[in-house]
Amino acid sequence: MKNLSDLEKKINSELTTKIKSSKIVHNQVFLTIDSEDLLEVILFLKNNNNMNFKQLIDITAVDYPENERRFKLVYLLLSHEFNSRVVIDLQINENEMVSTLTSVYPSSNWMEREVFDMYGIKFNDHPDLRRILTDYGFEGHPLRKDFPLTGHNEVRYSEDEKKVVYEKVKLEQNYRNFDYESPWEGTEYIKKQSKNND
Amino acid sequence: MTKEKKTLNLNFGPQHPAAHGVLRLILELDGEVVEHADPHIGLLHRGTEKLIENKTYIQAIPYFDRLDYVAPMNQEHAFALAIEKILDIEVPIRAQFIRVMFCEIGRILSHILNITTQALDVGALTPSLWGFEERETLMTFYERVSGSRLHANYFRAGGVHQDLPRGLEEDIAKFCQKFPKVIDDLETLLTDNRIFKQRNVDIGIVSKQDALDYSFSGVMLRGSGIPWDLRKSQPYECYEQFDFKIPIGKNGDCYDRYLCRIEEMRESVNIINQCIAQMPTGPIKSLDGKISPPPKKELKESMEALIHHFKLFTEGYRVKKDEIYVAVEAPKGEFGVYLISDGTSKPYKCKIRAPGFSHLQAMDYLIKGHMLADVPAVLGSMDVVFGEIDR
Repeated sequence: MKNLSDLEKKINSELTTKIKSSKIVHNQVFLTIDSEDLLEVILFLKNNNNMNFKQLIDITAVDYPENERRFKLVYLLLSHEFNSRVVIDLQINENEMVSTLTSVYPSSNWMEREVFDMYGIKFNDHPDLRRILTDYGFEGHPLRKDFPLTGHNEVRYSEDEKKVVYEKVKLEQNYRNFDYESPWEGTEYIKKQSKNND
Repeated sequence: MTKEKKTLNLNFGPQHPAAHGVLRLILELDGEVVEHADPHIGLLHRGTEKLIENKTYIQAIPYFDRLDYVAPMNQEHAFALAIEKILDIEVPIRAQFIRVMFCEIGRILSHILNITTQALDVGALTPSLWGFEERETLMTFYERVSGSRLHANYFRAGGVHQDLPRGLEEDIAKFCQKFPKVIDDLETLLTDNRIFKQRNVDIGIVSKQDALDYSFSGVMLRGSGIPWDLRKSQPYECYEQFDFKIPIGKNGDCYDRYLCRIEEMRESVNIINQCIAQMPTGPIKSLDGKISPPPKKELKESMEALIHHFKLFTEGYRVKKDEIYVAVEAPKGEFGVYLISDGTSKPYKCKIRAPGFSHLQAMDYLIKGHMLADVPAVLGSMDVVFGEIDR
């Protein structure tokens, strides 16, 4: 499919109920699906002759702590043949498992490990779900919004013990997050007014 | 009596000079043959993505220099493009030319480093001495335009930080005139060198299918014969206006990837020459005062400029709620930024897609059955830099 809107239509007509919503923004097709349909949708996009999304570019997640289903998983696919990109997203909650893509795209192995490391999302049947970027024995998932920017532990070399020791983070000054929102544009009543005008 | 097969576990790195940084590679060896490789990464993890979520868009740019630190501006480019696309900012044509020129300088910087260190890994010392001299010249161009040799922090959403200083274009043109000769010299040392060929030809072969399956991009993909370069296939900035070729490999081995990089350097010189010849005049950043800071001179005279300056460097500009993936052809492959903005002046989420991450992942598949001595050769030809892999 050369044309993006044709591509979108084709995906919608072939997968019908599996696609919850779709849109074209910035020259990319965005699809929203359910987590249980993931493998089916991906296999279709990879193997259908009109799609040929042969390459998985990246997998990532986004944390929305206020949502009931907290995480949004994002899959980026690229089709060299038709020169188009697709972004697939799905919502899951904290304890939900998602099926792994390692059998479809071998490269998803490390990408899923990274998502697991950073967000704590687990993947079904993953061959090797270990932490990847953080330290050996690290606790917590750093990219979750409730993980503090400074982290919990710091390391240093202890001259007394002759080894590297882990300690709780001690800061001379707490991390300061200034609120620079404009007193003119940022105040509540102005925001409401501009919302009403939109 | 049957002999029990015993494998030897070997720790390659994290302080091995041929590990190209802080890679800890655990090799399972049967004699001298590698049976399994397990790369442990993350020793240079700095939490870039977390930090970016807590900084304004302007403050986030320097973090991109520190990803692939041998070609800093190419990274900044992806981030700047992402913001520009969301905000729909018009970038002045001169700024586009300057950005393309410096991205190509970054490409040469990265390829020189890679080719010469790859040669170093397989036993040739001289190329690195010759190549690093040229890198130093290129880094002085970086320094003259941005103030620092490595961490440039030069690109901005809407253009670049400041105009080219007087005389820089001429000096870059002079460099472009004599640099092809240096590439020739490097080639006389390596291309037909018997030892270099013995160490690289038919080593680490990647088939077309595997290059796709393992999410390879850049030279790793082109070396295997897939004609794909984002500058041509999904042109960004003003790359359509330039005339350049994309070298493609045939066998997908380490030697082909080396040849691709050599040719890419020649093409980059070609692009830089075209940039200088056609360099337009005009502004170097967006004229929208809500995005670009005002010139210093105006601060003393104009109230509006003062307010803009203050707001830009405290609150920063706001980016409307949106979601975008932007990729550029960095020297190592497809470097992408997946950005989610939420209407405030800080990104809600910024995922960085580093090409080296996928390349290194395939280490186990590439090295299986090779000899131990081939590990540095394969690693070298993958062009890994840990700043971007560990983020």
